[in-house]
Amino acid sequence: MIAITQRHVHDAAVPPLAGDPPAADPPSPPPSKDDFQEELVIRPLHSGDIYASFQFRTVWDADFMGDQKVSHYRLFPKSLGQVITKFSVRELHISFTQGYWRTMQWGQPYLPSPPGAELWVWFQDTVTDVDGTWKELTNVLSGIFCASLNFIDSTNTVQPSASFKPLGIGNVTDHSFLRYATLPREIVCTENLTPWKKLLPCGSKAGLSVLLKSEKLFHSTFHSQAVHVRPVCQDPQCRTTSMELRQTLNVVFDLHTSGQGKREWSLFKMFSRTLTEACPLASSSKVYVDVTDNPQGEQFELSPATPLLTQAVVLGDRRTYSVYDLTQQASFGSSRSLNMLLRWKNSHNNVVPPVMLRPLLHSERYVAGYGLQAGEIHTLIYNHHPYRAFPVLLLSAVPWYLRLYIHTLTVSSKGKDNRPSYIHYQPSKDRERPHLLEMLLQLPPNSVTEVTVEFERALLKWTEYTPDPNHGFYVGSSVISALVPSVVAMDTNSTLDRPLFSSFFPCKEEASYFMRVYTEPLLVNLPTPDFSMPYNVICLTCTVVAVGYGSLYNLLTRTFQVDEPSPGLAKRIANVIRRFRGVPLL
Amino acid sequence: MAAPLALLLIVAVTIRAALFRTSLANLISERVEVVSPLNAWKRVVEGLALLDLDISPYSGDVFHETPMVIYLFHFLMDYAEITFMLADCLTAVALYLAVKDYNKQVFRKQKFALEADRIPMDCLELIRSPTEMYYIPLKVAMFYLLNPFTIVSCVAKCTCGCLIYGSALLSAIFLALATYQSIYPLTLCVPALLYLLQRLYIPVNVRRSSFWFYTLQYLFMFLGSLLVLICLSFFLLGSWDFLPAVYGFILSVPDLTPNIGLFWYFFAEMFDHFRLFFLCVFQINVFFYTLPLSIKLKEHPVFLIFMQIALIAIFKSYPTVGDLSLYMAFLPVWNHLYRFLRNIFLVSCVLLACSALFPVLWHLWIYAGSANSNFYYAITLLFSVAQILLVSDYFYAFLRREHHLTNGLYLKKKDGSEATLVLK
Repeated sequence: MIAITQRHVHDAAVPPLAGDPPAADPPSPPPSKDDFQEELVIRPLHSGDIYASFQFRTVWDADFMGDQKVSHYRLFPKSLGQVITKFSVRELHISFTQGYWRTMQWGQPYLPSPPGAELWVWFQDTVTDVDGTWKELTNVLSGIFCASLNFIDSTNTVQPSASFKPLGIGNVTDHSFLRYATLPREIVCTENLTPWKKLLPCGSKAGLSVLLKSEKLFHSTFHSQAVHVRPVCQDPQCRTTSMELRQTLNVVFDLHTSGQGKREWSLFKMFSRTLTEACPLASSSKVYVDVTDNPQGEQFELSPATPLLTQAVVLGDRRTYSVYDLTQQASFGSSRSLNMLLRWKNSHNNVVPPVMLRPLLHSERYVAGYGLQAGEIHTLIYNHHPYRAFPVLLLSAVPWYLRLYIHTLTVSSKGKDNRPSYIHYQPSKDRERPHLLEMLLQLPPNSVTEVTVEFERALLKWTEYTPDPNHGFYVGSSVISALVPSVVAMDTNSTLDRPLFSSFFPCKEEASYFMRVYTEPLLVNLPTPDFSMPYNVICLTCTVVAVGYGSLYNLLTRTFQVDEPSPGLAKRIANVIRRFRGVPLL
Repeated sequence: MAAPLALLLIVAVTIRAALFRTSLANLISERVEVVSPLNAWKRVVEGLALLDLDISPYSGDVFHETPMVIYLFHFLMDYAEITFMLADCLTAVALYLAVKDYNKQVFRKQKFALEADRIPMDCLELIRSPTEMYYIPLKVAMFYLLNPFTIVSCVAKCTCGCLIYGSALLSAIFLALATYQSIYPLTLCVPALLYLLQRLYIPVNVRRSSFWFYTLQYLFMFLGSLLVLICLSFFLLGSWDFLPAVYGFILSVPDLTPNIGLFWYFFAEMFDHFRLFFLCVFQINVFFYTLPLSIKLKEHPVFLIFMQIALIAIFKSYPTVGDLSLYMAFLPVWNHLYRFLRNIFLVSCVLLACSALFPVLWHLWIYAGSANSNFYYAITLLFSVAQILLVSDYFYAFLRREHHLTNGLYLKKKDGSEATLVLK
């Protein structure tokens, strides 16, 4: 078996996105009008689970930001293209996630996403009414993806001031064109997968998308599908831009529920399908299997064997991948189907499994306190770097019915007070907008930073509760964005032969990488009124007001008189007769 | 009289200071019966923190105090406890002096009436003697200071306003201040006017020009001071944000935090279609009794003030026990009405029971989870009914005494037997 190590050059125009094995760079042929690439990365996790990440990338050389009308859609989906042109969208990022990513057990995902639905959009600066456009956009997207994105309104939309900088090109600094919203309660199911698959050029008929069958995909611990649209440069000088559409699907299959406890994974076991051909419309179709922990094949055995090997620095870690190129007919072998099998060997020979690289940035969040009146939100941010401190941006959007008291905000690291260098706080307005808290925190090395803030729970109107009010109300995940210094890049024990003049300053490739971490969503109970009582309450309260009115009315309009007893019935009748007769009354 | 008053003040201050030091202070400042979104100390601190972060305190929905309060506490932040104790003491002293003044008035009127032979002979026992009236101001002060409700409000650092009346200008200014703080003292404008008219012996007759002249003068002073206060607030913060945040909040009741009043649960369970209608009805209800009461009680403005304060305390949108304590402080002034009160035992029992049940049912709803909101709501209903009964009882007794003063105490029916008096 010949192992070929290929060195790959990053596409200079595209900012390095975490988890993106670099695309091949053919020097001579000019880029086609639109181009489609698909890939699948399979990464066995240390806990025995397996992580599969699909990426489908369409790059289209149409200029959406110019005046020319875009028509003749080929590989780029028409529904998305029309949405982008109609609403003057510069960048669109939407994700639907079921489950929570366990960073400490699984490491970092290639593309992080919070539980539920998340949507953030950068509009172009030609838009005059951003809020109106946002409302229309969410409704249209809710139709395209069959999701309840129409629940996104001003009460859960925020305008971050420092986080969520554009991921495509463009030096925008005016955050008034940015909108961010999450729906933590949103559930992902087949109805969301089907329209997502329809956006792919090959649909679910050919290529890697044949593996996307919902009965297996949703029988997993973590499932996330996302659509990212952003402008990228066409050439190194970036004279013209093209629109890039990335559809990603991350899924983690559990060892015990999907794997039946046996540590052996294959495409058929994971997806109940095998690969038969590449998508004919794709210029590149590859499957990568992460074999970093298995350099000599001592941990697991990968079959069918493949001669291609590639290396990439992903999330600050240098990883090695075995590559299956689906455009080559040889990959499919004689059976004309590709079913990769990873079989773990029993560790009789005392092979120590390699230690997973501990994620440098990790966070947790929980609600403290008791009762339905008040509480505290605690956010813990862990910095596991042995000697480097780095700053992180914490973004929290808390719904208006949890009234935060910003004067109770405390940030402490290692027991000492740690003042944030930048705080942007926008207080909530009842029934109009949520709280927005953004802070720039400096995390000391090897420490835990705790951010605490107190809140009070509001009593809502009876119509504002969901049909299951005692389930609780969700608070969306906090977002922590950071440029994390890479441990790999600081590795001075590099075995590569390098001249001394190039190794003095620590600015190697990937000296620091961008990372976004999402905390858990919170579930908070609010005090509830009795929902069966509206009519009774109105009656009773109006009765009390009437009691007050009645007593005061009596005392104001009546005077004291001596009580003369009224005559009996007989006497009254006699008086009537007497009056007729003209005789004096009794 | 200065020495007992001073002693009383010292005792009151000691109790408050002692309570401030204990952990009860924190507990009490969280209680919904004592603080409301309008006057909670936590929210004042929050407003100041927002101001420090260069955000307008009114941009969120947490702070609903007037701008004057922000600036007052900006400088007095560290001395907050002393400020509140001082405020309580000043209120007590003011009440003391006011009631003393009132007593002099009453006594004088009584003397005139006696000399004019207007009172039937058998009513002599209804006349109030100087000795009995001597201690009333002290009792009033005592009621105010030692009322557990007041203590608790002070400890919770509520920012309730108070009203002092003396000279016309001062009264206009303080009334404007109280109205500026929360809208409801607007109704106290009328009794204050009547009181001043009485002091100056201007008869309340719509045909007399002196009446109109004085009324306009007073209204002018009142509205002028109010306008000055509002413009001052505008210049303090540079925007009109505080108008919807303070007055819009009081009138439109967006915050449904439970309290001892009637509004919260009513509007939590209101059908959306009728919300505006009932909001208007309830707010008009507070102001609505001013005119009829003033016409009925135009000879007795101090009792009118008492009635107005009581009605405000019962029917306002965010009542607290502090409002309660203010009108209860006046009760010793009407000690002589005791013989005519009909329901006083029932009312005091109900008030005591409700005060005890409020924290219990709150705990059961919010912390134990074994009761629900209906329990707490029932107690608020009962509390309001008891207060209404108290107020109407005192009103009945007052009217009855007046009737006896003009018609004699022991009334006889036409046939000579003892008569009963009814309202017809």
